Amino acid sequence: MPTLESIAPAGDTDTDALPPLPGPLVPLLHEVRHALARLVADGGEHRIDLHALPLDATLIDQLLAFIGRGEVEARIEAMGPTRVHESAIAGVWVVDYRDADDQRLALHLEIATVPQILRTDRATLSAGLQRLDAGLAGAGDPSPPS
Amino acid sequence: MAASQTLAEQLRAQGVSRRGFLKFCAATASLMALPPSLIPRIAEALEAARRPSVIWLSFQECTGCTESLTRSHAPTLEGLIFEAISLDYHHTLQAASGEAAEAARLQAMRDNAGAYLVVVDGSIPGPEANPGYSTVAGHSNHAILMETVEHAAAVIAVGTCAAFGGLPRAAPNPTGARAVMELVHDKPIVNISGCPPIPMAITGVLAHYLTFGRLPELDAYRRPLAFFGESIHDRCYRRPFYDRGLFAESFDDEGARQGWCLYRLGCKGPTTYNACATQRWNGGTSWPIEAGHPCLGCSEPAFWDAGGFYRAVSVPPRVNAAALLGAGAAGAALGAGTALAARHLTRDEQQHREPVTVEELEKKL
Ligand code: SF4
Ligand code: SF4
Repeated sequence: MPTLESIAPAGDTDTDALPPLPGPLVPLLHEVRHALARLVADGGEHRIDLHALPLDATLIDQLLAFIGRGEVEARIEAMGPTRVHESAIAGVWVVDYRDADDQRLALHLEIATVPQILRTDRATLSAGLQRLDAGLAGAGDPSPPS
Repeated sequence: MAASQTLAEQLRAQGVSRRGFLKFCAATASLMALPPSLIPRIAEALEAARRPSVIWLSFQECTGCTESLTRSHAPTLEGLIFEAISLDYHHTLQAASGEAAEAARLQAMRDNAGAYLVVVDGSIPGPEANPGYSTVAGHSNHAILMETVEHAAAVIAVGTCAAFGGLPRAAPNPTGARAVMELVHDKPIVNISGCPPIPMAITGVLAHYLTFGRLPELDAYRRPLAFFGESIHDRCYRRPFYDRGLFAESFDDEGARQGWCLYRLGCKGPTTYNACATQRWNGGTSWPIEAGHPCLGCSEPAFWDAGGFYRAVSVPPRVNAAALLGAGAAGAALGAGTALAARHLTRDEQQHREPVTVEELEKKL
C-alpha cells in the first residue's frame, strides 16, 4: 500500500496543476465543503472514513493529491502508528490509522481545527501533572508543589 | 482482572493510552461500517461498558475457529476486544478442567442470568441422534446447548459448523449434525460463518454488542451485514479478468501465471458472501484467491456438498435454504425479557440433565 508521503508530497499545494477531478470524488468534496462551511460557522466537526467508502486505491490517491498537503504533520505511536497531516485546505485533516503491522484500520478526513486524536484529554492531563510532581519529588525538589 | 472494570479502565491497565483508545474506536466504527460521526458515541459507550460474561461451547469442531481468533498478531484490535470480554468457560483456553470447569460454566450462568452471551463453535448431533456422538463431561452436546442458552441474552454461532452444520453435516451426515439455529428458537442468534471465520468478524460482533448492547444488522442467514453484505466476487481484485472473459484453465497455465480469474478452476466467489477480499487473512498478508486458489465457498450453507471444489459453478450450490432460513423465527429481544425470565431460574441444571449411558450408546450404535 503506498504511503501518504508518496501519494501527496509535502508542500504540494498547487491546485492549478492538478488533473480534472474524477466524477465519484465530486459529491465527496461537496460533503467536505459543506462540513468546512459548518466548521467556520459554528465550530461543528465532521469525519469521513475513506476506507469504508467504495473508492479504490487510485481514487483515494487522486483525492489526496487534489487536497494536497499543508504545513502540519504528526505521527502518533499508540497501538501502531497513526499519521496525521493537514491538507492544503486548512481545517481538512487526513488521519491514517494503522495497526502494529502497518495495515490500515481506517483513513479519515477530519474537518476540525485540530483532529481529536491530537488533543490531550483532561484525564491524561491530570496523569501528566501527577507524573511531573512525582518526578520533582523524586529529584529532591526543595519546594514540592502543595 | 476485576470483572467490574470498565473497558476503558481495562485498556488503560493494559497500557493503552487515550489516543490508542480513540484509535480503537475509529477502527471499530470502520470495521462495523458505522459512520465515523458515531466515534464519540462509541468512545463514550465503551468507556463505561462492563465486560460481558461469555460462555464458549465447543461441540463437533476442529478448534480452527478458536485458532482463527487467538492466533492473530498482537497487539491487535481483535486481541483487545477478546481481552475485553469475561471468558468464563472455554474448553481449550480455560485453566480449570473436569468438574471445576463445568462448575465455572454453571456459576457464570447463575451470576449473569439473562445477560451472558453464548458462543458456540461446532455442530450439534440433533435431539434424534445418538447422544454419544459428541459429549461434554458425559452429557450430550444437545443437552449442554439447551441448558446453557436458556438464560442467555444472545447466541453467537461461530464458524460454518455452528452456523449451518458444516463439515460434520456433509452427506450422509452420520452424526445427525444440526446448526444452532435449527435447535434454538427463542434467542437472538448471530451466525459468523466461515471455515474458519474471519477473526475480525467475530470481534466486530462482540465490539458492536459492547458498544450498543445489541447485535448488529443481519442478512437472511443471520450473518452480520458489515462482513457478509458483499460477495467475494463483488470485491475480488481478479474481477476485471472475469469481466473480460480471461480465465485460468489449470493451476500452471499462462492464465494462472498472469493472475487471471479462477472461475473455471471452481471458484465459488460469485455465490459466496464473506469479507476475505477486504479483510484478508494472516494480519492482512493475503487471502486464498491472491494465493492462487479458488474460493471454496466456506461461509455458505452446505459448501462441502456443493458439487466439487474444482468444478465451476453454473448455478448456486444446492442448499436447503428454506429449511435453514425457517429454522428459527427471530429471537426474543435482548435484555428485559430474558432478564425477567432469569429471575425464575431456580432449578438445578445438573439434576435435570441425564448423562449418556453405555447401554444407550450400545443400543443406538
Ligand atoms: S477469482 Fe473467483 S471471486 Fe475472483 S473474479 Fe474470478 S470468479 Fe470472481
Ligand atoms: S476465500 Fe472463500 S473459501 Fe477461502 S476463506 Fe474466504 S470464503 Fe472461505
